[in-house]
Amino acid sequence: MTTSSVSRYGIRVFALGYVALLLLVPIGVVLYRTFEPGVGAVWDSITTPAAVSAFWLTIEITAIAVPLNTIFGIVAALALVRSRVRGKRFLEALIDLPFAISPVVIGLSLFLLYGRQGWLGPTFTNAGIQVIFSVPGMVLATIFVCLPFVVREVVPVLREIGDEQEQAASTLGASRWQTFWRVTLPAIRWGVAYGVVLSVARAIGEFGAVSVVSGKISGETITLPLLVENRFSNFDLAGAYAASALMAVIALAVLLAMTLLQRKGDAR
Amino acid sequence: MISVSSVSKHYGDFAALHDVSVEVESGSLTALLGPSGSGKSTLLRVIAGLEVPDEGTVILEDRDVTRLAPQQRDIGFVFQHYAAFKHMTVRDNVAFGLKVRKRPKAEITAKVDELLGIVGLAGYQDRYPSQLSGGQRQRMALARALAVEPKVLLLDEPFGALDANVRAELRAWLRRLHDEVHVTTVLVTHDQEEAMELADRIVVLNAGRVEQVGAPRELYDAPTNEFVMGFLGPVARLGDGLVRPHDLVLRTDPDGIGVEAQIARIVHLGFEVRVELELAGEADGVYAQLTRHEAEQLELHEGDIVYVRRDGVKSLPSAA
Repeated sequence: MTTSSVSRYGIRVFALGYVALLLLVPIGVVLYRTFEPGVGAVWDSITTPAAVSAFWLTIEITAIAVPLNTIFGIVAALALVRSRVRGKRFLEALIDLPFAISPVVIGLSLFLLYGRQGWLGPTFTNAGIQVIFSVPGMVLATIFVCLPFVVREVVPVLREIGDEQEQAASTLGASRWQTFWRVTLPAIRWGVAYGVVLSVARAIGEFGAVSVVSGKISGETITLPLLVENRFSNFDLAGAYAASALMAVIALAVLLAMTLLQRKGDAR
Repeated sequence: MISVSSVSKHYGDFAALHDVSVEVESGSLTALLGPSGSGKSTLLRVIAGLEVPDEGTVILEDRDVTRLAPQQRDIGFVFQHYAAFKHMTVRDNVAFGLKVRKRPKAEITAKVDELLGIVGLAGYQDRYPSQLSGGQRQRMALARALAVEPKVLLLDEPFGALDANVRAELRAWLRRLHDEVHVTTVLVTHDQEEAMELADRIVVLNAGRVEQVGAPRELYDAPTNEFVMGFLGPVARLGDGLVRPHDLVLRTDPDGIGVEAQIARIVHLGFEVRVELELAGEADGVYAQLTRHEAEQLELHEGDIVYVRRDGVKSLPSAA
Protein backbone atom coordinates (compact mmCIF):
# COMPACT_ATOMS: atom_id res chain seq x y z
CA MET A 1 0.00 0.00 0.00
CA THR A 2 1.45 3.36 -0.99
CA THR A 3 1.40 6.46 1.18
CA SER A 4 -1.15 8.18 -1.05
CA SER A 5 -3.55 5.25 -0.90
CA VAL A 6 -3.16 5.12 2.89
CA SER A 7 -4.00 8.80 3.18
CA ARG A 8 -6.92 8.44 0.77
CA TYR A 9 -8.20 5.51 2.84
CA GLY A 10 -7.73 7.55 6.00
CA ILE A 11 -9.74 10.47 4.63
CA ARG A 12 -12.57 8.13 3.66
CA VAL A 13 -12.65 6.51 7.11
CA PHE A 14 -12.62 9.92 8.76
CA ALA A 15 -15.47 11.28 6.62
CA LEU A 16 -17.64 8.19 7.05
CA GLY A 17 -16.88 7.98 10.76
CA TYR A 18 -17.79 11.64 11.25
CA VAL A 19 -21.09 11.25 9.42
CA ALA A 20 -21.85 8.01 11.25
CA LEU A 21 -21.14 9.42 14.68
CA LEU A 22 -22.99 12.70 14.27
CA LEU A 23 -25.90 11.69 12.00
CA LEU A 24 -26.47 7.98 11.64
CA VAL A 25 -25.98 6.94 15.28
CA PRO A 26 -28.50 9.41 16.77
CA ILE A 27 -31.08 8.68 14.06
CA GLY A 28 -30.47 4.95 14.47
CA VAL A 29 -30.93 5.21 18.23
CA VAL A 30 -34.23 7.07 17.79
CA LEU A 31 -35.49 4.44 15.37
CA TYR A 32 -34.28 1.64 17.64
CA ARG A 33 -35.95 3.12 20.70
CA THR A 34 -39.10 3.83 18.70
CA PHE A 35 -39.63 0.23 17.73
CA GLU A 36 -38.35 -1.28 21.01
CA PRO A 37 -41.88 -1.56 22.47
CA GLY A 38 -43.06 -3.24 19.24
CA VAL A 39 -44.70 -2.09 16.02
CA GLY A 40 -48.21 -2.24 17.52
CA ALA A 41 -47.36 0.24 20.25
CA VAL A 42 -45.79 2.60 17.70
CA TRP A 43 -48.89 2.39 15.52
CA ASP A 44 -51.12 3.14 18.51
CA SER A 45 -48.93 6.10 19.42
CA ILE A 46 -49.10 7.72 15.99
CA THR A 47 -52.81 7.12 15.50
CA THR A 48 -54.05 8.94 18.59
CA PRO A 49 -56.35 11.88 17.68
CA ALA A 50 -53.62 14.34 18.73
CA ALA A 51 -51.01 12.65 16.54
CA VAL A 52 -53.32 12.36 13.51
CA SER A 53 -54.27 16.02 13.85
CA ALA A 54 -50.59 17.02 14.16
CA PHE A 55 -49.73 14.93 11.10
CA TRP A 56 -52.38 16.56 8.92
CA LEU A 57 -51.60 20.05 10.20
CA THR A 58 -47.92 19.57 9.33
CA ILE A 59 -48.88 18.35 5.85
CA GLU A 60 -51.29 21.28 5.39
CA ILE A 61 -48.76 23.93 6.39
CA THR A 62 -46.10 22.35 4.18
CA ALA A 63 -48.52 22.07 1.25
CA ILE A 64 -49.28 25.80 1.45
CA ALA A 65 -45.84 27.17 2.32
CA VAL A 66 -43.66 25.16 -0.07
CA PRO A 67 -45.51 25.89 -3.36
CA LEU A 68 -45.73 29.59 -2.48
CA ASN A 69 -42.02 29.68 -1.69
CA THR A 70 -41.20 27.77 -4.87
CA ILE A 71 -42.99 30.32 -7.04
CA PHE A 72 -41.47 33.19 -5.09
CA GLY A 73 -38.05 31.55 -5.22
CA ILE A 74 -38.06 31.17 -9.01
CA VAL A 75 -39.33 34.71 -9.58
CA ALA A 76 -36.81 36.18 -7.13
CA ALA A 77 -33.94 34.19 -8.66
CA LEU A 78 -34.89 35.42 -12.15
CA ALA A 79 -35.04 38.99 -10.85
CA LEU A 80 -31.63 38.64 -9.17
CA VAL A 81 -29.85 37.04 -12.13
CA ARG A 82 -31.62 38.21 -15.28
CA SER A 83 -33.01 41.67 -14.65
CA ARG A 84 -31.06 44.89 -14.42
CA VAL A 85 -33.05 46.38 -11.56
CA ARG A 86 -31.35 48.55 -8.98
CA GLY A 87 -31.09 47.33 -5.43
CA LYS A 88 -30.29 43.73 -6.42
CA ARG A 89 -27.64 43.42 -3.74
CA PHE A 90 -30.08 44.64 -1.14
CA LEU A 91 -32.68 42.09 -2.26
CA GLU A 92 -30.05 39.36 -2.21
CA ALA A 93 -29.03 40.20 1.35
CA LEU A 94 -32.67 40.44 2.39
CA ILE A 95 -33.43 36.95 1.11
CA ASP A 96 -30.73 35.50 3.36
CA LEU A 97 -32.19 37.17 6.42
CA PRO A 98 -34.12 34.09 7.61
CA PHE A 99 -30.80 32.18 7.72
CA ALA A 100 -29.27 34.88 9.88
CA ILE A 101 -32.10 35.40 12.33
CA SER A 102 -33.01 32.87 14.99
CA PRO A 103 -36.39 31.22 14.27
CA VAL A 104 -37.61 32.25 17.72
CA VAL A 105 -37.00 35.89 16.84
CA ILE A 106 -38.89 35.39 13.56
CA GLY A 107 -41.82 33.97 15.57
CA LEU A 108 -41.71 36.90 17.97
CA SER A 109 -41.65 39.44 15.15
CA LEU A 110 -44.73 37.85 13.60
CA PHE A 111 -46.36 37.92 17.03
CA LEU A 112 -45.58 41.63 17.40
CA LEU A 113 -46.90 42.38 13.91
CA TYR A 114 -50.04 40.26 13.80
CA GLY A 115 -50.82 39.83 17.51
CA ARG A 116 -53.78 41.45 19.22
CA GLN A 117 -51.65 44.48 20.13
CA GLY A 118 -49.66 44.39 16.87
CA TRP A 119 -49.63 46.81 13.95
CA LEU A 120 -51.62 44.62 11.60
CA GLY A 121 -53.37 42.40 14.15
CA PRO A 122 -56.56 44.48 14.61
CA THR A 123 -57.00 44.86 10.82
CA PHE A 124 -57.00 41.09 10.36
CA THR A 125 -59.15 40.50 13.45
CA ASN A 126 -61.76 42.93 12.10
CA ALA A 127 -61.70 41.06 8.78
CA GLY A 128 -62.44 37.87 10.72
CA ILE A 129 -59.01 36.32 10.25
CA GLN A 130 -57.06 35.21 13.28
CA VAL A 131 -53.37 35.04 12.43
CA ILE A 132 -51.62 34.42 15.73
CA PHE A 133 -52.43 31.21 17.66
CA SER A 134 -53.91 29.90 14.44
CA VAL A 135 -52.90 28.19 11.17
CA PRO A 136 -52.31 31.40 9.09
CA GLY A 137 -49.61 32.54 11.53
CA MET A 138 -47.95 29.12 11.46
CA VAL A 139 -47.97 29.16 7.65
CA LEU A 140 -46.42 32.67 7.68
CA ALA A 141 -43.73 31.52 10.09
CA THR A 142 -42.95 28.50 7.91
CA ILE A 143 -42.79 30.61 4.74
CA PHE A 144 -40.44 33.00 6.51
CA VAL A 145 -37.94 30.35 7.63
CA CYS A 146 -38.04 28.48 4.27
CA LEU A 147 -37.71 31.62 2.13
CA PRO A 148 -34.04 31.31 1.06
CA PHE A 149 -33.96 27.65 0.03
CA VAL A 150 -35.37 27.72 -3.52
CA VAL A 151 -33.75 31.09 -4.35
CA ARG A 152 -30.35 29.93 -3.13
CA GLU A 153 -30.51 26.73 -5.19
CA VAL A 154 -31.83 28.34 -8.39
CA VAL A 155 -29.58 31.44 -8.55
CA PRO A 156 -26.29 29.57 -9.21
CA VAL A 157 -27.96 27.32 -11.80
CA LEU A 158 -29.36 30.34 -13.65
CA ARG A 159 -25.94 32.01 -13.58
CA GLU A 160 -24.28 28.86 -14.91
CA ILE A 161 -26.63 28.24 -17.84
CA GLY A 162 -26.35 31.88 -18.94
CA ASP A 163 -28.96 33.60 -21.07
CA GLU A 164 -27.92 32.46 -24.56
CA GLN A 165 -30.52 29.68 -24.69
CA GLU A 166 -33.19 32.21 -23.75
CA GLN A 167 -31.95 34.62 -26.43
CA ALA A 168 -31.97 31.80 -28.97
CA ALA A 169 -35.58 31.02 -28.03
CA SER A 170 -36.56 34.65 -28.51
CA THR A 171 -34.93 34.83 -31.96
CA LEU A 172 -36.90 31.68 -32.85
CA GLY A 173 -40.15 33.49 -32.09
CA ALA A 174 -40.91 32.29 -28.56
CA SER A 175 -42.68 34.75 -26.25
CA ARG A 176 -41.25 35.35 -22.78
CA TRP A 177 -43.81 33.00 -21.31
CA GLN A 178 -43.04 30.25 -23.85
CA THR A 179 -39.31 30.75 -23.26
CA PHE A 180 -39.80 30.38 -19.52
CA TRP A 181 -41.84 27.16 -19.76
CA ARG A 182 -39.94 25.50 -22.59
CA VAL A 183 -36.36 26.64 -21.99
CA THR A 184 -35.65 28.25 -18.62
CA LEU A 185 -37.71 26.05 -16.32
CA PRO A 186 -36.48 22.73 -17.76
CA ALA A 187 -32.91 24.01 -17.51
CA ILE A 188 -33.22 24.91 -13.81
CA ARG A 189 -35.48 22.02 -12.80
CA TRP A 190 -32.93 20.18 -10.66
CA GLY A 191 -32.06 23.35 -8.81
CA VAL A 192 -35.76 23.90 -8.15
CA ALA A 193 -36.24 20.27 -7.12
CA TYR A 194 -33.38 20.40 -4.63
CA GLY A 195 -34.69 23.68 -3.22
CA VAL A 196 -38.13 22.08 -2.81
CA VAL A 197 -36.66 19.08 -0.97
CA LEU A 198 -34.81 21.37 1.43
CA SER A 199 -37.92 23.52 1.90
CA VAL A 200 -40.13 20.50 2.61
CA ALA A 201 -37.65 19.13 5.13
CA ARG A 202 -37.45 22.47 6.89
CA ALA A 203 -41.22 23.08 6.74
CA ILE A 204 -41.94 19.70 8.32
CA GLY A 205 -39.28 20.09 10.98
CA GLU A 206 -39.61 23.79 11.86
CA PHE A 207 -39.99 24.22 15.60
CA GLY A 208 -38.88 27.62 16.91
CA ALA A 209 -40.82 30.13 14.83
CA VAL A 210 -43.94 27.97 14.63
CA SER A 211 -43.83 27.29 18.36
CA VAL A 212 -44.05 31.02 19.21
CA VAL A 213 -47.10 31.75 17.05
CA SER A 214 -48.91 28.42 17.52
CA GLY A 215 -50.31 28.90 21.02
CA LYS A 216 -50.16 25.09 21.27
CA ILE A 217 -53.88 24.46 21.27
CA SER A 218 -54.22 20.69 21.48
CA GLY A 219 -55.76 19.15 18.38
CA GLU A 220 -55.71 22.51 16.56
CA THR A 221 -52.33 24.17 16.34
CA ILE A 222 -49.94 21.35 17.25
CA THR A 223 -47.62 20.24 14.44
CA LEU A 224 -45.45 17.12 14.59
CA PRO A 225 -42.34 18.85 16.01
CA LEU A 226 -44.52 20.54 18.64
CA LEU A 227 -46.10 17.17 19.43
CA VAL A 228 -42.64 15.64 19.91
CA GLU A 229 -41.68 18.38 22.32
CA ASN A 230 -45.04 18.17 24.07
CA ARG A 231 -44.77 14.43 24.64
CA PHE A 232 -41.11 14.71 25.64
CA SER A 233 -41.82 17.28 28.32
CA ASN A 234 -44.68 15.13 29.59
CA PHE A 235 -42.27 12.20 30.01
CA ASP A 236 -43.97 10.24 27.20
CA LEU A 237 -40.63 9.24 25.66
CA ALA A 238 -42.01 6.37 23.58
CA GLY A 239 -44.66 8.71 22.12
CA ALA A 240 -42.00 11.34 21.32
CA TYR A 241 -39.86 8.72 19.56
CA ALA A 242 -42.82 7.51 17.50
CA ALA A 243 -43.74 11.03 16.35
CA SER A 244 -40.07 11.70 15.49
CA ALA A 245 -39.96 8.52 13.42
CA LEU A 246 -43.09 9.64 11.57
CA MET A 247 -41.42 12.95 10.67
CA ALA A 248 -38.32 11.14 9.47
CA VAL A 249 -40.50 8.87 7.30
CA ILE A 250 -42.21 11.87 5.65
CA ALA A 251 -38.86 13.55 4.94
CA LEU A 252 -37.42 10.34 3.51
CA ALA A 253 -40.52 9.85 1.33
CA VAL A 254 -40.08 13.34 -0.16
CA LEU A 255 -36.38 12.74 -0.78
CA LEU A 256 -37.12 9.40 -2.40
CA ALA A 257 -39.87 10.85 -4.59
CA MET A 258 -37.51 13.57 -5.83
CA THR A 259 -34.73 11.06 -6.50
CA LEU A 260 -37.12 8.87 -8.49
CA LEU A 261 -38.36 11.87 -10.49
CA GLN A 262 -34.76 12.83 -11.24
CA ARG A 263 -33.93 9.29 -12.38
CA LYS A 264 -36.95 9.29 -14.65
CA GLY A 265 -36.00 12.69 -16.05
CA ASP A 266 -32.39 11.70 -16.72
CA ALA A 267 -33.32 8.38 -18.29
CA ARG A 268 -35.31 10.13 -20.98
CA MET B 1 -32.48 44.03 -47.83
CA ILE B 2 -31.08 45.00 -44.44
CA SER B 3 -30.60 48.69 -43.95
CA VAL B 4 -28.93 50.02 -40.82
CA SER B 5 -28.80 53.81 -40.61
CA SER B 6 -26.88 56.02 -38.20
CA VAL B 7 -26.95 53.49 -35.38
CA SER B 8 -25.17 54.34 -32.13
CA LYS B 9 -24.93 52.19 -29.03
CA HIS B 10 -23.21 53.05 -25.76
CA TYR B 11 -22.47 50.93 -22.72
CA GLY B 12 -21.89 53.53 -20.04
CA ASP B 13 -19.08 55.68 -21.39
CA PHE B 14 -17.99 53.09 -23.95
CA ALA B 15 -19.25 53.70 -27.50
CA ALA B 16 -19.73 50.23 -28.97
CA LEU B 17 -21.21 51.64 -32.19
CA HIS B 18 -20.77 55.18 -33.40
CA ASP B 19 -23.07 56.43 -36.18
CA VAL B 20 -22.91 53.19 -38.17
CA SER B 21 -24.72 52.82 -41.49
CA VAL B 22 -24.62 49.58 -43.44
CA GLU B 23 -26.69 48.12 -46.26
CA VAL B 24 -26.89 44.41 -47.00
CA GLU B 25 -28.38 43.28 -50.29
CA SER B 26 -31.05 40.58 -50.36
CA GLY B 27 -29.64 37.13 -50.97
CA SER B 28 -26.04 38.17 -50.33
CA LEU B 29 -23.57 36.85 -47.78
CA THR B 30 -21.99 39.78 -45.98
CA ALA B 31 -19.25 39.58 -43.36
CA LEU B 32 -18.82 42.04 -40.50
CA LEU B 33 -15.06 41.94 -39.96
CA GLY B 34 -13.08 43.59 -37.22
CA PRO B 35 -10.92 43.03 -34.14
CA SER B 36 -12.53 42.33 -30.76
CA GLY B 37 -14.20 45.43 -29.38
CA SER B 38 -14.81 46.80 -32.89
CA GLY B 39 -18.60 46.60 -32.42
CA LYS B 40 -19.22 43.88 -35.02
CA SER B 41 -21.14 41.59 -32.65
CA THR B 42 -23.07 44.52 -31.19
CA LEU B 43 -24.12 45.53 -34.71
CA LEU B 44 -25.33 41.99 -35.43
CA ARG B 45 -27.26 41.91 -32.15
CA VAL B 46 -28.83 45.28 -32.97
CA ILE B 47 -30.02 43.83 -36.30
CA ALA B 48 -31.41 40.81 -34.40
CA GLY B 49 -33.12 42.93 -31.76
CA LEU B 50 -31.06 41.41 -28.94
CA GLU B 51 -29.70 44.91 -28.30
CA VAL B 52 -31.64 48.14 -28.64
CA PRO B 53 -29.67 50.98 -30.27
CA ASP B 54 -29.51 54.38 -28.55
CA GLU B 55 -30.01 56.09 -31.91
CA GLY B 56 -30.63 55.14 -35.52
CA THR B 57 -32.94 52.75 -37.35
CA VAL B 58 -32.89 49.16 -38.56
CA ILE B 59 -34.96 48.22 -41.60
CA LEU B 60 -35.45 44.57 -42.60
CA GLU B 61 -37.10 44.00 -45.99
CA ASP B 62 -38.84 47.42 -46.02
CA ARG B 63 -40.04 47.07 -42.43
CA ASP B 64 -38.78 49.38 -39.67
CA VAL B 65 -37.96 46.91 -36.88
CA THR B 66 -35.91 49.23 -34.67
CA ARG B 67 -38.33 48.95 -31.76
CA LEU B 68 -39.50 45.39 -32.41
CA ALA B 69 -38.56 42.44 -30.19
CA PRO B 70 -36.44 39.65 -31.75
CA GLN B 71 -39.57 37.44 -31.87
CA GLN B 72 -41.22 39.74 -34.39
CA ARG B 73 -38.32 40.20 -36.78
CA ASP B 74 -38.33 37.00 -38.87
CA ILE B 75 -34.67 36.30 -38.25
CA GLY B 76 -32.52 33.29 -37.59
CA PHE B 77 -29.61 33.70 -35.20
CA VAL B 78 -26.66 31.38 -34.66
CA PHE B 79 -24.48 31.87 -31.57
CA GLN B 80 -20.76 31.23 -31.22
CA HIS B 81 -21.33 28.73 -28.43
CA TYR B 82 -24.32 27.08 -30.17
CA ALA B 83 -26.93 27.96 -27.48
CA ALA B 84 -28.35 24.46 -27.93
CA PHE B 85 -31.35 23.59 -25.78
CA LYS B 86 -29.55 20.97 -23.70
CA HIS B 87 -32.65 19.26 -22.34
CA MET B 88 -34.15 18.70 -25.80
CA THR B 89 -33.29 16.16 -28.48
CA VAL B 90 -31.91 17.30 -31.81
CA ARG B 91 -35.41 16.92 -33.25
CA ASP B 92 -36.99 19.11 -30.56
CA ASN B 93 -34.23 21.69 -30.91
CA VAL B 94 -34.83 22.08 -34.63
CA ALA B 95 -38.61 21.93 -34.19
CA PHE B 96 -38.63 24.63 -31.49
CA GLY B 97 -39.46 27.63 -33.70
CA LEU B 98 -42.21 25.69 -35.49
CA LYS B 99 -43.69 24.42 -32.22
CA VAL B 100 -44.01 27.88 -30.71
CA ARG B 101 -45.72 28.90 -33.94
CA LYS B 102 -48.18 26.05 -33.39
CA ARG B 103 -47.66 24.46 -36.81
CA PRO B 104 -49.29 21.07 -37.49
CA LYS B 105 -47.30 18.08 -36.22
CA ALA B 106 -46.92 16.38 -39.59
CA GLU B 107 -45.54 19.55 -41.12
CA ILE B 108 -43.05 19.95 -38.27
CA THR B 109 -41.77 16.39 -38.58
CA ALA B 110 -41.35 16.69 -42.34
CA LYS B 111 -39.56 20.04 -42.09
CA VAL B 112 -37.23 18.86 -39.33
CA ASP B 113 -36.26 15.72 -41.24
CA GLU B 114 -35.65 17.72 -44.40
CA LEU B 115 -33.43 20.25 -42.59
CA LEU B 116 -31.45 17.60 -40.73
CA GLY B 117 -30.79 16.02 -44.13
CA ILE B 118 -29.54 19.34 -45.51
CA VAL B 119 -27.15 19.94 -42.59
CA GLY B 120 -25.93 16.35 -42.65
CA LEU B 121 -27.50 15.20 -39.38
CA ALA B 122 -30.05 12.73 -40.74
CA GLY B 123 -30.44 9.91 -38.22
CA TYR B 124 -29.40 12.09 -35.27
CA GLN B 125 -32.99 13.06 -34.40
CA ASP B 126 -33.09 11.39 -30.98
CA ARG B 127 -29.65 12.40 -29.75
CA TYR B 128 -29.12 15.10 -27.15
CA PRO B 129 -26.76 18.03 -27.83
CA SER B 130 -24.28 16.60 -25.30
CA GLN B 131 -23.92 13.58 -27.59
CA LEU B 132 -22.84 15.69 -30.57
CA SER B 133 -19.45 17.16 -31.51
CA GLY B 134 -19.01 20.93 -31.67
CA GLY B 135 -19.35 21.00 -35.44
CA GLN B 136 -22.51 18.87 -35.30
CA ARG B 137 -24.01 21.12 -32.63
CA GLN B 138 -23.40 24.17 -34.75
CA ARG B 139 -25.00 22.50 -37.79
CA MET B 140 -27.98 21.62 -35.59
CA ALA B 141 -28.14 25.28 -34.50
CA LEU B 142 -28.14 26.31 -38.17
CA ALA B 143 -30.96 23.89 -38.97
CA ARG B 144 -32.88 25.26 -35.98
CA ALA B 145 -32.44 28.83 -37.23
CA LEU B 146 -33.41 27.90 -40.80
CA ALA B 147 -36.52 25.92 -39.75
CA VAL B 148 -38.63 29.04 -39.31
CA GLU B 149 -37.65 30.21 -42.82
CA PRO B 150 -36.16 33.51 -41.67
CA LYS B 151 -35.82 36.45 -44.02
CA VAL B 152 -32.37 37.09 -42.59
CA LEU B 153 -29.80 34.68 -41.17
CA LEU B 154 -27.42 36.18 -38.61
CA LEU B 155 -24.28 34.28 -37.59
CA ASP B 156 -22.20 35.47 -34.62
CA GLU B 157 -18.68 33.99 -34.96
CA PRO B 158 -20.32 30.64 -35.80
CA PHE B 159 -17.05 28.74 -36.16
CA GLY B 160 -15.13 30.55 -33.44
CA ALA B 161 -15.35 27.71 -30.91
CA LEU B 162 -14.35 24.93 -33.34
CA ASP B 163 -11.03 23.25 -34.20
CA ALA B 164 -9.19 24.64 -37.23
CA ASN B 165 -9.90 21.67 -39.53
CA VAL B 166 -13.61 21.50 -38.59
CA ARG B 167 -13.79 25.26 -39.09
CA ALA B 168 -12.39 25.07 -42.63
CA GLU B 169 -14.79 22.23 -43.49
CA LEU B 170 -17.84 24.05 -42.12
CA ARG B 171 -16.85 27.25 -43.90
CA ALA B 172 -16.90 25.56 -47.30
CA TRP B 173 -20.13 23.81 -46.34
CA LEU B 174 -21.79 27.08 -45.29
CA ARG B 175 -20.85 28.72 -48.59
CA ARG B 176 -22.42 25.80 -50.53
CA LEU B 177 -25.50 25.95 -48.30
CA HIS B 178 -25.86 29.66 -48.93
CA ASP B 179 -25.61 29.14 -52.69
CA GLU B 180 -28.49 26.64 -52.39
CA VAL B 181 -30.76 28.41 -49.88
CA HIS B 182 -30.02 32.04 -50.85
CA VAL B 183 -31.16 33.52 -47.57
CA THR B 184 -29.71 36.97 -46.83
CA THR B 185 -26.87 36.21 -44.44
CA VAL B 186 -24.74 38.36 -42.18
CA LEU B 187 -21.70 36.74 -40.60
CA VAL B 188 -19.59 38.20 -37.81
CA THR B 189 -15.93 37.20 -37.76
CA HIS B 190 -12.54 38.45 -36.64
CA ASP B 191 -10.78 36.15 -39.13
CA GLN B 192 -9.99 37.99 -42.38
CA GLU B 193 -9.38 34.73 -44.22
CA GLU B 194 -12.83 33.45 -43.23
CA ALA B 195 -14.44 36.71 -44.37
CA MET B 196 -12.61 36.65 -47.70
CA GLU B 197 -13.40 33.01 -48.36
CA LEU B 198 -17.10 33.22 -47.50
CA ALA B 199 -18.45 36.67 -48.14
CA ASP B 200 -19.63 38.50 -51.22
CA ARG B 201 -19.09 41.75 -49.39
CA ILE B 202 -17.11 42.68 -46.32
CA VAL B 203 -17.84 45.48 -43.88
CA VAL B 204 -14.67 46.33 -41.94
CA LEU B 205 -15.36 47.76 -38.49
CA ASN B 206 -12.95 49.33 -36.06
CA ALA B 207 -13.65 51.00 -32.70
CA GLY B 208 -17.39 51.20 -33.39
CA ARG B 209 -17.09 52.75 -36.86
CA VAL B 210 -17.28 51.41 -40.41
CA GLU B 211 -13.84 51.70 -42.03
CA GLN B 212 -14.66 50.38 -45.49
CA VAL B 213 -17.24 48.30 -47.35
CA GLY B 214 -16.56 46.32 -50.48
CA ALA B 215 -15.93 43.01 -52.20
CA PRO B 216 -13.06 41.00 -50.66
CA ARG B 217 -10.70 41.69 -53.55
CA GLU B 218 -11.53 45.41 -53.59
CA LEU B 219 -10.63 45.69 -49.92
CA TYR B 220 -7.40 43.78 -50.34
CA ASP B 221 -6.24 45.62 -53.44
CA ALA B 222 -7.58 49.09 -52.71
CA PRO B 223 -7.88 49.63 -48.97
CA THR B 224 -8.85 53.20 -48.15
CA ASN B 225 -6.73 53.41 -45.03
CA GLU B 226 -3.93 51.81 -43.05
CA PHE B 227 -6.27 49.99 -40.71
CA VAL B 228 -8.09 48.13 -43.47
CA MET B 229 -4.85 47.35 -45.24
CA GLY B 230 -3.29 46.02 -42.05
CA PHE B 231 -6.33 44.02 -41.01
CA LEU B 232 -6.76 42.24 -44.33
CA GLY B 233 -3.19 41.05 -44.69
CA PRO B 234 0.45 41.59 -43.72
CA VAL B 235 2.01 44.95 -44.51
CA ALA B 236 5.52 46.36 -44.78
CA ARG B 237 6.41 50.02 -44.33
CA LEU B 238 8.81 51.27 -46.96
CA GLY B 239 9.78 54.92 -46.83
CA ASP B 240 6.55 56.88 -46.55
CA GLY B 241 4.28 54.11 -47.92
CA LEU B 242 2.69 50.81 -46.88
CA VAL B 243 3.00 47.84 -49.15
CA ARG B 244 2.21 44.12 -49.11
CA PRO B 245 5.38 42.03 -48.53
CA HIS B 246 4.74 40.09 -51.75
CA ASP B 247 4.82 43.39 -53.67
CA LEU B 248 8.39 44.14 -52.61
CA VAL B 249 11.12 43.60 -55.21
CA LEU B 250 14.76 42.93 -54.22
CA ARG B 251 17.82 43.65 -56.35
CA THR B 252 21.43 42.80 -55.50
CA ASP B 253 22.93 45.76 -57.39
CA PRO B 254 22.00 49.42 -56.83
CA ASP B 255 19.58 50.70 -59.49
CA GLY B 256 19.08 54.18 -58.07
CA ILE B 257 15.45 53.60 -57.08
CA GLY B 258 15.69 50.93 -54.36
CA VAL B 259 16.28 51.56 -50.68
CA GLU B 260 19.42 50.00 -49.24
CA ALA B 261 18.83 47.21 -46.75
CA GLN B 262 20.68 44.38 -45.03
CA ILE B 263 19.27 40.85 -44.90
CA ALA B 264 18.77 39.90 -41.25
CA ARG B 265 17.33 36.44 -41.78
CA ILE B 266 15.99 34.20 -44.53
CA VAL B 267 13.06 31.93 -43.61
CA HIS B 268 12.03 29.12 -45.95
CA LEU B 269 8.29 28.41 -45.71
CA GLY B 270 7.89 25.84 -48.45
CA PHE B 271 6.89 27.64 -51.63
CA GLU B 272 7.33 31.02 -50.00
CA VAL B 273 10.59 32.54 -48.83
CA ARG B 274 10.45 35.30 -46.27
CA VAL B 275 13.43 37.67 -46.31
CA GLU B 276 13.70 39.80 -43.19
CA LEU B 277 15.36 43.12 -43.87
CA GLU B 278 16.89 45.92 -41.85
CA LEU B 279 16.45 49.20 -43.67
CA ALA B 280 19.16 51.83 -43.44
CA GLY B 281 18.08 54.58 -41.04
CA GLU B 282 14.83 52.87 -39.89
CA ALA B 283 14.20 51.27 -36.54
CA ASP B 284 11.50 48.83 -37.68
CA GLY B 285 12.49 46.04 -40.00
CA VAL B 286 10.31 44.80 -42.86
CA TYR B 287 10.09 41.49 -44.60
CA ALA B 288 9.74 40.72 -48.27
CA GLN B 289 7.88 37.71 -49.53
CA LEU B 290 9.45 36.01 -52.55
CA THR B 291 8.77 32.79 -54.36
CA ARG B 292 11.39 30.11 -53.91
CA HIS B 293 12.42 30.50 -57.51
CA GLU B 294 13.02 34.25 -57.19
CA ALA B 295 15.06 33.76 -54.02
CA GLU B 296 17.25 31.11 -55.65
CA GLN B 297 17.94 33.29 -58.70
CA LEU B 298 19.09 36.17 -56.52
CA GLU B 299 21.43 33.89 -54.51
CA LEU B 300 20.62 35.70 -51.26
CA HIS B 301 22.57 35.17 -48.03
CA GLU B 302 22.09 36.49 -44.54
CA GLY B 303 24.10 39.68 -44.07
CA ASP B 304 24.00 40.64 -47.80
CA ILE B 305 23.17 44.17 -48.85
CA VAL B 306 20.15 44.42 -51.17
CA TYR B 307 18.08 47.21 -52.73
CA VAL B 308 14.34 47.21 -52.07
CA ARG B 309 11.59 48.89 -54.06
CA ARG B 310 7.92 48.33 -54.47
CA ASP B 311 6.47 46.66 -57.47
CA GLY B 312 3.92 48.58 -59.55
CA VAL B 313 1.28 50.84 -58.06
CA LYS B 314 -0.16 48.75 -55.24
CA SER B 315 0.83 50.91 -52.34
CA LEU B 316 -0.97 53.15 -49.96
CA PRO B 317 0.41 56.58 -49.00
CA SER B 318 1.07 56.41 -45.31
CA ALA B 319 -0.72 58.76 -42.97
CA ALA B 320 2.28 58.65 -40.64
